[in-house]
Amino acid sequence: MVVWNKLKITVHTAETENYLYKNSFDVEGGNFNNAGAISTQVKSILKNIGLPNNVIRKAAIACYESEINIVSYARQGVINLIVTPKTVEFDIADEGPGIPDIELAMEQGYSTADRQIREMGFGAGMGLYNIKCSSDIFNLTSEVDKGTFLKIIINIP
Amino acid sequence: MNVETIIKELNLKVRSASDKLNNNVTGGYTGDLLSDVIANSHEGDIWITRQVHQNIVAVASLKEHAGIILTNSCEPTGETLEKANQEKIPVMISDLPAFELTGKIYNLLVK
Ligand SMILES: Nc1ncnc2c1ncn2[C@@H]1O[C@H](COP(=O)(O)OP(=O)(O)O)[C@@H](O)[C@H]1O
Ligand SMILES: [Mg+2]
Repeated sequence: MVVWNKLKITVHTAETENYLYKNSFDVEGGNFNNAGAISTQVKSILKNIGLPNNVIRKAAIACYESEINIVSYARQGVINLIVTPKTVEFDIADEGPGIPDIELAMEQGYSTADRQIREMGFGAGMGLYNIKCSSDIFNLTSEVDKGTFLKIIINIP
Repeated sequence: MNVETIIKELNLKVRSASDKLNNNVTGGYTGDLLSDVIANSHEGDIWITRQVHQNIVAVASLKEHAGIILTNSCEPTGETLEKANQEKIPVMISDLPAFELTGKIYNLLVK
């Protein structure tokens, strides 16, 4: 399913065939200067589409935490956004160290963030958990030394 | 209540976006962990924190906070101010610790 050297992939489902909006955003690993900018852009796109506030709120949380994880841990990544009449979907892939133990990484409070990252207020170990809580479908897969892939679907009621 | 009223009542120093002090404040959130603030704060909140790094501006901008107040006389970095002016987020400073500042703002908001 995931081709690590071709990050701009989207997982097609029946829903995504008739999408309302689709875009890809590149994320640079290690650069905290603009961290969060893509999520702010995504939020304003979703507002313009006119989605319900609660959907926008969840999508913003999921997108932000995913963006910060790429910046914090990976070399580079891409956030693919697809909006359909029934869903907001993110396909997020990165090239990086991957996650050796996904169950452990999902635990609230578990973090490998270094001191520098923690000093900026990141590294609380709540990111993946918050993404999961904000999404209706959350599918995290990873290959050590290759990268991480995250599929998020938020239903539009 | 707007940001300006809180500044006057609590003697805050304004460090950025002084043209945005009429922002309406509908609530508040206190926290230093960005993941916590992202997950639990709301649009229109005044955010109370001791984090001074520029990433606070991205968080406040994403969450559409009315402004950020730094506690214990913490000064924002130059990059934070530059970004805050760009994004039009008022950053203010209080000499109070977070507990006291939060209590005072809470009382102003529930009045
Ligand atoms: N894209 C990623 N690549 C590699 N490791 C990751 C990635 N995302 C998360 N992790 C690992 O999972 C841990 C938990 O992530 P998260 O819940 O977002 O908390 P935090 O980022 O605050 O540590 C991280 O500390 C890191 O070890
Ligand atoms: Mg994280």
